[in-house]
Amino acid sequence: MTPTLVEPRSAIRESYLAGETGIWSWLKTIDHKRIAILYMVSITFFFLVGGFAALLIRFELMTPQGDLVDANTYNRLFTTHGAIMVWFFLIPSIPTVLGNFLIPIMIGAKDLAFPRLNLLSWYLFVTGGLVALVALLLGGVDTGWTFYTPYSSTYSNSAVPWLVTGIFIAGFSSILTGLNFITTIHTMRAPGMGWFRLPLFVWSHYATSIILVLATPVLAITLALVALEKLVGLGIFDPALGGDPLLFQHLFWFYSHPAVYIMILPGMGVISELIATFSRKTIFGYTFVAFASLAIALFGFLVWGHHMFVSGQSAYASMVFSMLSFFVAVPSAVKVFNWTATLYKGSISFETPMLYAIGFIGLFTVGGLTGLWLATLGADVHLHDTYFVVAHFHYIMVGGMVTAYLGAIHYWWPKISGRMYPERLGQASAILIFAGFNLTFFPQFLLGYLGMPRRYWQYDAHFQMYNVMSTAGASILGLGYVLPLVYLLWSFKRGEAAPANPWGATGLEWQIESPPPTHNFTTTPTVTTRPYDYPDARQEES
Amino acid sequence: MKSSIESHFSTLRQQAESAEFGMWIFLATEVLFFGAVFCSYAVYRASYPHAWKAGAGLNDAMLATVMTAVLLTSSLTMAMGVQAAKRGNSSPLRRNVLLTMLLGVLFLVLKFYEYYEHAHHQLVPGWDFSGYQGASAQNVELFMSFYFAMTGLHALHMIVGLGLLATIWVMAGRGRFDEAYHAPVENIGLYWHFVDIVWIFLFPLLYLV
Repeated sequence: MTPTLVEPRSAIRESYLAGETGIWSWLKTIDHKRIAILYMVSITFFFLVGGFAALLIRFELMTPQGDLVDANTYNRLFTTHGAIMVWFFLIPSIPTVLGNFLIPIMIGAKDLAFPRLNLLSWYLFVTGGLVALVALLLGGVDTGWTFYTPYSSTYSNSAVPWLVTGIFIAGFSSILTGLNFITTIHTMRAPGMGWFRLPLFVWSHYATSIILVLATPVLAITLALVALEKLVGLGIFDPALGGDPLLFQHLFWFYSHPAVYIMILPGMGVISELIATFSRKTIFGYTFVAFASLAIALFGFLVWGHHMFVSGQSAYASMVFSMLSFFVAVPSAVKVFNWTATLYKGSISFETPMLYAIGFIGLFTVGGLTGLWLATLGADVHLHDTYFVVAHFHYIMVGGMVTAYLGAIHYWWPKISGRMYPERLGQASAILIFAGFNLTFFPQFLLGYLGMPRRYWQYDAHFQMYNVMSTAGASILGLGYVLPLVYLLWSFKRGEAAPANPWGATGLEWQIESPPPTHNFTTTPTVTTRPYDYPDARQEES
Repeated sequence: MKSSIESHFSTLRQQAESAEFGMWIFLATEVLFFGAVFCSYAVYRASYPHAWKAGAGLNDAMLATVMTAVLLTSSLTMAMGVQAAKRGNSSPLRRNVLLTMLLGVLFLVLKFYEYYEHAHHQLVPGWDFSGYQGASAQNVELFMSFYFAMTGLHALHMIVGLGLLATIWVMAGRGRFDEAYHAPVENIGLYWHFVDIVWIFLFPLLYLV
């Protein structure tokens, strides 16, 4: 081990968790680490709300008849599940919890550039979330998370304005977080922390933040126009005035396609850290992995039309969008290959975070490759709006992002909480989640391929077998998620005290105490090496 | 100058650079925010050129010219205020910020007068659009939807800007700025100029097409 630098550890400094306690000290904190905890609590709450809706959906789909809920309720359930999970869990998940906690420490700064703005982001997020919950209490929304016009603007009689207002407000939280990250990475790096010494976690958050600040405002204004149309009758998308509902789809996907990269790039950053640590090797092709993040962010802006192949957009536009969608696969594949090459001849160990990381690579690859089927014009005509799309999306979002999030939470838990989680239990639940996930979503690829459409509460009886498998898998998956929630909370109080660097990892965050002191570093560190500066595995053996 | 540097920055220069950099990124988000509406406008302009021409005819180009002049002058006074802040002269800073605010308020008064006129002539889409009886009335109503959405959004930004300027005016009165520390003045200046530039695009698109 060659630590890049060591803080003079003459006196143990007070941790960020100690000092002022009491709810009020947390609600007015501007410490990035405490704000990260605030986010962790809030998004866990929303995850449970969205997860509960998912559970009801799966139970309804156990039988071909609509017996548990009626069609109208079913529509509201999947809208709730989609909107809550996308905007109030997946988009904030890794950036606001781990990004907030780690980016300043990883680059050797005392805080983000704008700590008060950071706290404001959390308040905006919570306000948006509460407004969205009001929409649910008023009976929910039945448009699907995509709010397609003219259904959302003219015909739907559900609480559309409330939900879009909630998302609008939460959008500003995203924008401010992205703005804060970009500025911090530009201006707050410690001496010697050049761009190519940044951990890949920071690179992927840089790319994510670019999408956050450039795509989110388009969603904000689009949803604002839908709300204005619904409330005061400004008819931007109203066909009666010559408005074009397709325009809404273009604007919506101009945000929402890049948004799926907001929901996966931070996960990729986490995997780069985990793979390097648990194979004791420097990441293979660091520069390529770093630039692949930027390439994904860039291409991500140019492919939105692949959501609209069957909507009546020009066939030539579809061809271009299809081709560009294939291009996105290149930087994604670069990452997968480089992770695999990093594993090669590494001294690999299978602690819980590594199990999640390996799971991520497999599930992301399946999700990514099935994305290419959907990007193929002819295949998409068959697969569009079937369970194939649902399965593909969940392989990336749940198999990818949620897996990465859990891996990250376990990996940095000793740093965040100052306690070790129970390793055996961690490994068991990682395996449980992997098994439950595949049982839930793999049958959905088959269902989609066989033609079962998405968003229906009833279906043809011959699809039942796969649906029962999926529901059974979802129950296992649910159990897999509850376990970490329980043992992590337990370990927070009772776990074994964590050393500063339990994994023997590189990176500035492992050079300071667990949990870190309020100002992270007493003196600004000076960085002298590249990241992942492990002695080569082979040299170690010889 | 007491503690204008916050504890997580090492130097005042780093703090000022961060603030300005952050503002530019914020303006980039604003460009995309307005950009989506401008883009939608362009799509329909291509589909309904005649209705767009008729719609622009419903707006008072003379009044808008005066408003443009008012707003451009406010940008000048804002720039003079920023210059004064850089030299550390607090009284011309306050004078210019106050002038900027007065011009901003004048602009909004004229804008709301124009809204009042539209309401008076029954030209408000979604509410009462019976004032227009010419050809392709639906498409013209669509144009006026854009008119209200875009100028409304712009007016909202003006109101926020006035609030920010008032803050600067108060802070300057308390002697918070000097040659070394004036990043907030520069940033609010950038914001104000941005809002002006949006109007520079709105003026031809909504009044002169």
